[in-house]
Amino acid sequence: MRLNLQESKLNMVNNILIFAIVTGIVLLASLILDRKKTLMGLKKGLKMFLGIVPPFLNILILVSVVLFFVSQDLIIKYLGPSSGVLGFFIAAIIGSITLIPGFISYPISAALIGNGASYAIVAVFMTTLMMVGVVTLPLEIKYFGKRAAIIRNILNFIAALIIGLCVGWLMQL
Amino acid sequence: MIKHIKQYLWVIIFLAVSVISYFMGFNPGITIYTSFKSFLIEMITFIPLLFILIGLFDVWVPKETIEKYIGKESGTLGIILVIFLAMLQAGPLYGAFPVSYILYKKGTSIKNIFIYLGAFSSMKLPMLGIEIGYLGLKFTIFRTLISLPLFILIGFLMEKLVGKDFEVKEVNLKKEDKK
Repeated sequence: MRLNLQESKLNMVNNILIFAIVTGIVLLASLILDRKKTLMGLKKGLKMFLGIVPPFLNILILVSVVLFFVSQDLIIKYLGPSSGVLGFFIAAIIGSITLIPGFISYPISAALIGNGASYAIVAVFMTTLMMVGVVTLPLEIKYFGKRAAIIRNILNFIAALIIGLCVGWLMQL
Repeated sequence: MIKHIKQYLWVIIFLAVSVISYFMGFNPGITIYTSFKSFLIEMITFIPLLFILIGLFDVWVPKETIEKYIGKESGTLGIILVIFLAMLQAGPLYGAFPVSYILYKKGTSIKNIFIYLGAFSSMKLPMLGIEIGYLGLKFTIFRTLISLPLFILIGFLMEKLVGKDFEVKEVNLKKEDKK
């Protein structure tokens, strides 16, 4: 199955472009208003950025490896129309563990719907992808501490199940 | 120097394995590297911009302003403000952690930090646009409307559950080195 990745990536490029333009305008305005202050801000930003590069790179490596084992074809196969209640939970678990960037997850979701999967499954899959991150948990713990990070993920997991069920139900009406 | 190598240990191993895979024609290694590359491109285009904005936010926005509008004493207006702030952003969830650090440092309430994270993960405008394109307006509206009260509730719950000794730490090189 060929997913429309090209189009999806184009969307992302547009997003980045808009984001870059906004950042550029803000930066320019800041420079005009106060050069010294702007440089100070840029320095702070750079310092923070350098700090997170190693953990971010590690996450990207982990995500790439996980994504190899949980391939798009596998996801579409296991979350298909006949997967039922079990599929719902598999979707929640895959979504929680993996971190699939938007430009891949949206085409996957659209393909799932096209293949006849239920909206509940797609909603829970997308929501756990967005709100729960087991792969990113080590990084989250560094920022929020163990307790808060774990509680946040558990609460979001529960919320995702509720969202999946409600959206699935509403889409059927 | 050794500390730096240690920090990039996984990256070095990963690149070494990728290079070997390439020359040996080991397909899984090449596939993994290819997806790593596409994520890396996403990261190096988005994240530096994000940190420019974080840095500028840090120097321009006074603590008092943040405390007043989205701090402990802020009410419904504070919630609406953080949600709007989150909606205007882009990028993956892990990009929101450094933003929550700067928000925390400036005096944002715990409740609002988690509401911010909720809105960031599920209501970013650029993402909503793409979602409508792929899954339709109806799906997107339902998902958003159900998510909204839930992550606001999570904000309140988080404040109750971790409120007392909660802090957002800065993840930087120096702290990493001490380990």
